[in-house]
Amino acid sequence: MKISSPEQQDLTPVEFSPEMMTEINQVIGLFPEGKSKSALIRILHIVQTHFGWTSVPAMNKVAEILSIQPIEVYEVATFYTMFHLNPVGNYVFEVCRTGPCMIVGSDDIIAYIEQKLNIKVGGTTSDGMFTLKTAECLGGCGYGPVMQCKYKFHEHLTTEKVDEIIEAYRTASISK
Amino acid sequence: MAGRKLLLENVHIPGIETYDVYRKNGGYASVEKALKKMTPEEVVEEVKKSGLRGRGGAGFPTGMKWSFLAKPEGVPRYLVCNADESEPGTFKDRYLMEKIPHLLIEGMITSSYALGANVSYIYIRGEFMYILHILEKAIAEARANGMLGKNIMGSGYDLELVVAPGGGAYICGEETALLESLEGKRGNPRMKPPFPAVKGLWGCPTVVNNVETIAAVVPIVNHGGEDYAKIGIERSTGTKLISASGNLVRPGVYEIEMGVSVEEFIYGDDYCQGIANGKRMKACIPGGSSVPILPAHLVTKTAAGENRLMTYESLADGGFASGSMLGSGGFIVFDEDQCIVKNTYTFARFYAHESCGQCSPCREGTGWMEKVLHRLDHGHGTIEDISLLEEINKKIEGNTICPLGDAAAWPVAAAIRHFREEFEWHVTHAAEAQTRNYGLIQPRVEEIKTL
Amino acid sequence: MIKVTIDDIEVEVEPGTTILNAARQIGGEVVPPAMCYYSKLPGTGGKCRTCLVEVAAGSTADPRPMPKLMASCSTTVMDGMIVKNKTSERVHDNRGGVVEFLLINHPLDCPICDQAGECHLQDLGYEHGSAKTRYREERRTFDPIDIGNKIKLHMNRCILCYRCVHVANQLTDHRVHGVMHRGEHAEISTYIQNAVENDFSGNMIDVCPVGALTDKTFRFKSRVWFLKPMEAECACTKCSGKAVVWMFGNEIYRVTARKDKYGEVENIEDKTAWICNDCRFDKKDPSKWNIIGPRKIDRHSVISQGKYETKIDKGLNKIG
Repeated sequence: MKISSPEQQDLTPVEFSPEMMTEINQVIGLFPEGKSKSALIRILHIVQTHFGWTSVPAMNKVAEILSIQPIEVYEVATFYTMFHLNPVGNYVFEVCRTGPCMIVGSDDIIAYIEQKLNIKVGGTTSDGMFTLKTAECLGGCGYGPVMQCKYKFHEHLTTEKVDEIIEAYRTASISK
Repeated sequence: MAGRKLLLENVHIPGIETYDVYRKNGGYASVEKALKKMTPEEVVEEVKKSGLRGRGGAGFPTGMKWSFLAKPEGVPRYLVCNADESEPGTFKDRYLMEKIPHLLIEGMITSSYALGANVSYIYIRGEFMYILHILEKAIAEARANGMLGKNIMGSGYDLELVVAPGGGAYICGEETALLESLEGKRGNPRMKPPFPAVKGLWGCPTVVNNVETIAAVVPIVNHGGEDYAKIGIERSTGTKLISASGNLVRPGVYEIEMGVSVEEFIYGDDYCQGIANGKRMKACIPGGSSVPILPAHLVTKTAAGENRLMTYESLADGGFASGSMLGSGGFIVFDEDQCIVKNTYTFARFYAHESCGQCSPCREGTGWMEKVLHRLDHGHGTIEDISLLEEINKKIEGNTICPLGDAAAWPVAAAIRHFREEFEWHVTHAAEAQTRNYGLIQPRVEEIKTL
Repeated sequence: MIKVTIDDIEVEVEPGTTILNAARQIGGEVVPPAMCYYSKLPGTGGKCRTCLVEVAAGSTADPRPMPKLMASCSTTVMDGMIVKNKTSERVHDNRGGVVEFLLINHPLDCPICDQAGECHLQDLGYEHGSAKTRYREERRTFDPIDIGNKIKLHMNRCILCYRCVHVANQLTDHRVHGVMHRGEHAEISTYIQNAVENDFSGNMIDVCPVGALTDKTFRFKSRVWFLKPMEAECACTKCSGKAVVWMFGNEIYRVTARKDKYGEVENIEDKTAWICNDCRFDKKDPSKWNIIGPRKIDRHSVISQGKYETKIDKGLNKIG
């Protein structure tokens, strides 16, 4: 088992759009003065929603906004599993595979998505559209198998349902 | 007759997620009553009388927890709601917050008043971002109607409510890890003492309560603690939300009166309606993945042959030898075709994945158990691996900073205790174990009684 | 003052003292090992769990035993508390378990590790470990990296004590390394290539209980037990200039801070005598130091086991 550092990435500083900054400042405003670090996790969600993943330059910018050291942002971003530290597809499928989902068939769903998209867990389709990841318990145990994509829960998954979901995301992407 | 409902009674009313409908159906009555007619101490007293125990899993008496809150002059106090619902098998808080968000907001206001907090936080797991937006909308509505902000209902009491998301970490359900995370840090549990009641959020006295616990304060204040305590048996009072999952005809979230029999809950028409696809039950984990698994013959009856009830005490009857725990109420049922070894492996993988990595027994031990169980599940294990697992979990249990170590160790220990022959079969019939499941096990009642 | 009994020895300590520090006041065998706690770095402790002890009686007021073993570094004593360390079978058993956990992913290559001879994990393994590992799995591995041009981080050897993180927080102006990821994937890292450049960053090497952080100006130059530690001082504007120079003949091989029998940097005139990077890495010329005399190494490591010291003494005399 080899632990790897983040993939080589472009470290050119990034700027955040005025809309992003408005959103970020609102979040900072939720916390008492001097406690702005509390906004960090939610800001990382904002960053990832805008960029699709959580890059080093984006984290550096967050550190600058919160007046903390970049390492404090890296430490937090790497602790929480929702932050994609390397580039991912437009749509990331995170399929739950813990006990309650496993006993109602999550393994079959994962295998089906792998076959359907022709990727392995962790991989991204060649068109950059989909990434498949597994997740540990997403808190939808009674409605399993469950997966999440862009904060949306897809429940009671069947192979037919997976087909529909993939088709819907493809269509949405094209119509964009 | 499915019993009284105190939390979900109105959940099916169309529009109940909006302030107007919620208020029209008796919502925010507890805020009105508490702020206008009661002192904070009187609210705490009612909660004590109710016998309410923490609904997140530990079952600590809520009134007692509240009374431990330090109240130094000039230092703010905080109420933090633990909405980091992540225990496998548990999805009740998500249901409550999504369907009837104002119940949580109402509970937060009444409870914050009781504790003297003027800013309170709801920490919700990051995966539930859509519920964060539901809650923020409800908060905005409550504020627009004078239930939040300055001088609520003319009482002179001020309260702000803030929702903050996590980023994907089960450990943040542990209250001190939650506080670290709410401070924008890694979710490493803190060393205790000091407890949050003395030094919590930003070093200030803090109470951390589960969503369901805070919601339960609403009926307690409305009808009085004594009325609440009339429901249930012994020290299991009131109603409890149960998340039912696995191979059931009707999985989902149920509000039950404490004391319903386990048999009624699994097979009754008002509840889960039995095992799906006409199969037989093999095992059940009654309180979320961290509590001991029970084989079918110990689920509906205790080792002494008495009916097992849905209460803290009855589910724990028999201790670790033949009992389990109510925990968070994450009720997972396995049919005869499920593989206990594989399920135990997924749980071990879950805990290894969720260990914060701070203390050595948990960081190294959970990963080790995961790997050994992976081997056993995939037919590469040895008989010695089974005793190795038992030894590893004995060395983790009790030796870690926070309860995640115990939570990781107990399910493995219990699975081996009750399903040892299935684990052994995975070694002796390794190839066959890859093609079919072991099926039901023989009850080992005598052995278990003497354990 | 309050009274506490550790392994049948009674001691009086200030209120607020931890069990570990009470044991250190007694000294000797009753002192539990500590891999992460570091008395000079506030906030350390509680993580490694090697200092677990049994509390047989909580206090005079409440003499019930504590059900779990307690981390002695972060549990404060109560009047009348009775603690068992060496005298507890449970402690011995569970500490052995902790050592086994610390070793499962730790490379068992002491013969080629620079820390050998002054490694706390080696000592602990010797006392509590079993001769054989039960770990059949692949160990986790990392590539060694440079953090700054004078410090080598060999993450494979790290036991995640967090001491170096506290050094960076408490002694340097800003921290560029920390703990990334979580669980068994947790690692000390700068995340991206980032040099640790600070006058006091070298103290991370001194606080590291294992061979994870080593001095690049000394790596592989000599085994520590072949060197003669000498107390020395120099006029330094950045630090106290009070250090230990490790010599072979007339050459200085490395410079460290002065450490006590627990491996902690000593307090000199009530201040912890951390040394600056100039003294540590750049002053290898004996003429820059006033060499006071041999430094006694109190720790039970091979350096002080006599046989080597005597040989070197003789050798040095000849060379000298």
